[in-house]
Amino acid sequence: MSPDRLIYMANQIGTFFRSQGHGKAVPGIAEHIKKFWDPRMKRAIFAHLDAGGAGLEPDVREALTSLQAASLPAAP
Amino acid sequence: MSLIEEIDYGTPASKSETMVTLTIDGNEVTVPEGTSIMRAAMDAGHQIPKLCATDMVDAFGSCRLCLVEIEGRAGTPASCTTPVMNGLVVHTQTERLKKLRKGVMELYISDHPLDCLTCGANGDCELQDMAGAVGLRDVRYGYEGENHVFAKSPGKTDGCSNDNWMPKDESNPYFTYDPSKCIVCSRCVRACEEVQGTFALTISGRGFDSRVSPGMSESFLGSECVSCGACVQACPTATLTEKSVIEIGQPEHSVVTTCAYCGVGCAFKTEMRGEEVVRMVPYKDGKANRGHSCVKGRFAWGYTNHKERILKPMIRERIEDPWREVSWDEAFSFAAARMRGIQKKYGRDAIGGITSSRCTNEETYLVQKLIRAGFGNNNVDTCARVCHSPTGYGLATTFGTSAGTQDFDSVEHTDVVLVIGANPASAHPVFASRLKKRLRQGARLIVIDPRRTEMVESPHVKALHLPLMPGTNVAVMTALAHVIVTEGLVNEAFVRERCDWSEFEEWAAFVAQPKNSPEATAILTGVDPKDLREAARTYATGGNGAIYYGLGVTEHSQGSTTVIAIANLAMATGNIGRPGVGVNPLRGQNNVQGSCDMGSFPHELPGYRHISGDAVRDQFEALWNVKLNPEPGLRIPNMFDAAVEGTFMGIYVQGEDILQSDPNTSHVVAALSAMECVIVHDLFLNETANYAHVFLPGSSFLEKDGTFTNAERRIQRVRKVMTPKNGMADWEVTIGLAKAMGFEMKYGHPSEIMDEIAALTPTFAGVSYAKLDELGSVQWPCNEKAPEGTPVMHIDGFVRGKGKFVVTEYVATDERTGPRYPLLLTTGRILSQYNVGAQTRRTDNVVWHAEDRLEIHPHDAEQRGVRDGDWVRLKSRAGETTLRAEITDRVAPGVVYTTFHHPDTQANVITTDYSDWATNCPEYKVTAVQVSPSNGPSDWQKAYDAQARQSRRIVPAEAAE
Repeated sequence: MSPDRLIYMANQIGTFFRSQGHGKAVPGIAEHIKKFWDPRMKRAIFAHLDAGGAGLEPDVREALTSLQAASLPAAP
Repeated sequence: MSLIEEIDYGTPASKSETMVTLTIDGNEVTVPEGTSIMRAAMDAGHQIPKLCATDMVDAFGSCRLCLVEIEGRAGTPASCTTPVMNGLVVHTQTERLKKLRKGVMELYISDHPLDCLTCGANGDCELQDMAGAVGLRDVRYGYEGENHVFAKSPGKTDGCSNDNWMPKDESNPYFTYDPSKCIVCSRCVRACEEVQGTFALTISGRGFDSRVSPGMSESFLGSECVSCGACVQACPTATLTEKSVIEIGQPEHSVVTTCAYCGVGCAFKTEMRGEEVVRMVPYKDGKANRGHSCVKGRFAWGYTNHKERILKPMIRERIEDPWREVSWDEAFSFAAARMRGIQKKYGRDAIGGITSSRCTNEETYLVQKLIRAGFGNNNVDTCARVCHSPTGYGLATTFGTSAGTQDFDSVEHTDVVLVIGANPASAHPVFASRLKKRLRQGARLIVIDPRRTEMVESPHVKALHLPLMPGTNVAVMTALAHVIVTEGLVNEAFVRERCDWSEFEEWAAFVAQPKNSPEATAILTGVDPKDLREAARTYATGGNGAIYYGLGVTEHSQGSTTVIAIANLAMATGNIGRPGVGVNPLRGQNNVQGSCDMGSFPHELPGYRHISGDAVRDQFEALWNVKLNPEPGLRIPNMFDAAVEGTFMGIYVQGEDILQSDPNTSHVVAALSAMECVIVHDLFLNETANYAHVFLPGSSFLEKDGTFTNAERRIQRVRKVMTPKNGMADWEVTIGLAKAMGFEMKYGHPSEIMDEIAALTPTFAGVSYAKLDELGSVQWPCNEKAPEGTPVMHIDGFVRGKGKFVVTEYVATDERTGPRYPLLLTTGRILSQYNVGAQTRRTDNVVWHAEDRLEIHPHDAEQRGVRDGDWVRLKSRAGETTLRAEITDRVAPGVVYTTFHHPDTQANVITTDYSDWATNCPEYKVTAVQVSPSNGPSDWQKAYDAQARQSRRIVPAEAAE
């Protein structure tokens, strides 16, 4: 899917969690994306991350990196 | 099956716990203190004659028919207005009473037409019953005197008219008012005041001149009347009668069922002759509505046999082709082949479906089961995505469960009502009536809404209104919290006992920051800091505080954050866990609560359990005998994005018009056009069907068995009163489609589906059709711990354990006004129409709302040279449309408002792709727009109309022989 839209959505999630402080924000963002994003969305954002992750807020980038490491979704 | 005739006790029940014993006609009766003698007699099975009394309204004592004699007391008091006392000895039938009653009836009948045989109320007339009950055999006064009955004075041959006579008022599309049959008992006037709370009716004149008058002697349609039907129900004669009864005759049997309109879930008696509906009458034992109704449920059911209903399955190769009527089998195999073909070509995850919040729990459950188990993915979503998904997220995060905390009866114990982003008077009218009743008793009301809604000002109710700028909910809610924390109004004992204290402290420190004060945020929100402080103090200290909210909270980019902020506020003030308080989302559609409960979200199995949970999946896999995908599926907006991208190519949509109801119509059109198989399962060729390849005709709520779950978590039966006009109930259609796709689901009756739901869903464990028949309804959780259901949640502790406070930082939406789009558009509903209008537009309700209008403030209108009723162009970054303007100061300068009931206006051409950060619930409530004078429909509207006409062509099936 269009990375722009996914980057926007990921950063929106990041904005909510940011006010809880870095320590809570990173796992919070990762958990949210893990729970609510469909595999193709996760694949697309991970691909964008691999390509440099331009446009992702620092907390979001960190969360996605940890999520990617923890759970690479299986291909369909 | 027979006609259900509910007992009319004459006066409302007393709620006193003190009991009083008296003797009526030699029988000892024990009733609560405050009960009338009339009601006590009825309790004992003795019906005292009455005309002006009915148990929906307070006693009035005007007809003088219910007189009784009490030993040791002088005179003959009216039994309706005389309360019981210990030791009273009452006689309801004595020589003196008989004489008096006969005299009263004689006077009534002397001024009443004697056309009983041809009268619409024949068979259902209390006046006739009472004439019989008192043994009236003769009217000594004759009928020649002054009267209200005859158009011309009898005996006068000069054509001189009778000034007392008034013609029939047939202006209301659903009922008639025949003044010649009126006995001025004022039951209608009192029902309008006490039950509905509109005060549209009055008695004008005095003595013999007394007349029931809508407004200032206006027609019913021209008055403030909202056509709820309470007056018609209250009328003891043929004065106010349903036109359907006049046309068809009296019903012969009735079946109790649940309304298929809004989330209030009113219980109705469907009164029938054979398989024809005569009328829908609200059921007094309905625990959501307590015998009341609104214009939609009571009268607007004509869509169920509207000529545009599609009754035969249809298919077509391409959406440019006309529809071809086919057999069910052909439609199923065509659809199945396409869907399986897509999966083969694009992968298992390339198809999905949308469950309907208008269909039953059982039907919704089957659709998600078909998708998860039959399609083999979790691409299932429901219309709650675009309305209350933030409620799910917000309340699950803070309280641990995603539903309202109270029953509607709870409002009777509320002292302060906070209504946020909701207009119950229009969207949840029967609840609004119950709320207004409490407000007239003295409860206080605070309304947070950009618009001065009908709730803000209604008879004898004046709200404290905080008119905020659209999109600033979080700032306002946090400012309320700021006042509560900094002024020491927190209920610390509650918070310490029930919530996580360290999370509370973090939250309190955050809201107490000066940047969150009402004064600091006023520049964003536009709310007067003085009013905001007063609202916070009132909510925190005014007794039982209850919050009711709607889509004005959820449909924002910070929708979930606002829900969390609301939950924080309720916890901080201890307003949770008992009658009279709580957090209550007013759910939009009849079964949107149920569709969420039934696992319609892509990440959750029935009962709100995440699909990634192995133990939960194991349960379902064992019973369904399939392997389930542990990854969440696509949500509706994601489906559209994936369709445009080319990875989501087929969809089964049951009872939902995504094209009209979802935001940014051009994007939805692009998505639907990109798909290779769109299956629409609906009553009508809705807007989505213009882009469909398969049309499966649906059945109305009158044609099937099942259950709906309302906004109070109340599960109620929907009962079949007629054979499905399309030949199959919706649950059978889903089974047929599934079977063609190679996934067998075997159920003989929806009760068997409910049994499966109960076996798999802990909160539904105790639910069965037998129990619903026995108790009428239950509120989940209904299980071993709560066998009769749970009216109020979180009583001793939150479902998640400790209540969780979460910091709610205000973030402005990215949808900004600017020089090109200087106004903010917000949207809402109107009483007479329902959502996309597919149903209500096909009823006489169009007399109240034939088109969507744009409300604009006089200042903004004048700047643009727009006059009332002018066509205007409404343009946003997403698109443009035209509609007519209505100039009003209900909206603030800078804000415009419209409804979204009509496809030719298409308010969603204007709305954007912005959505809630947590759930992707679209931001319908904030769109930057410009308004300018216009000559007529936009290019979009013309092209849309042409495409719709083209797409709706049907080639009928050829005769079989």
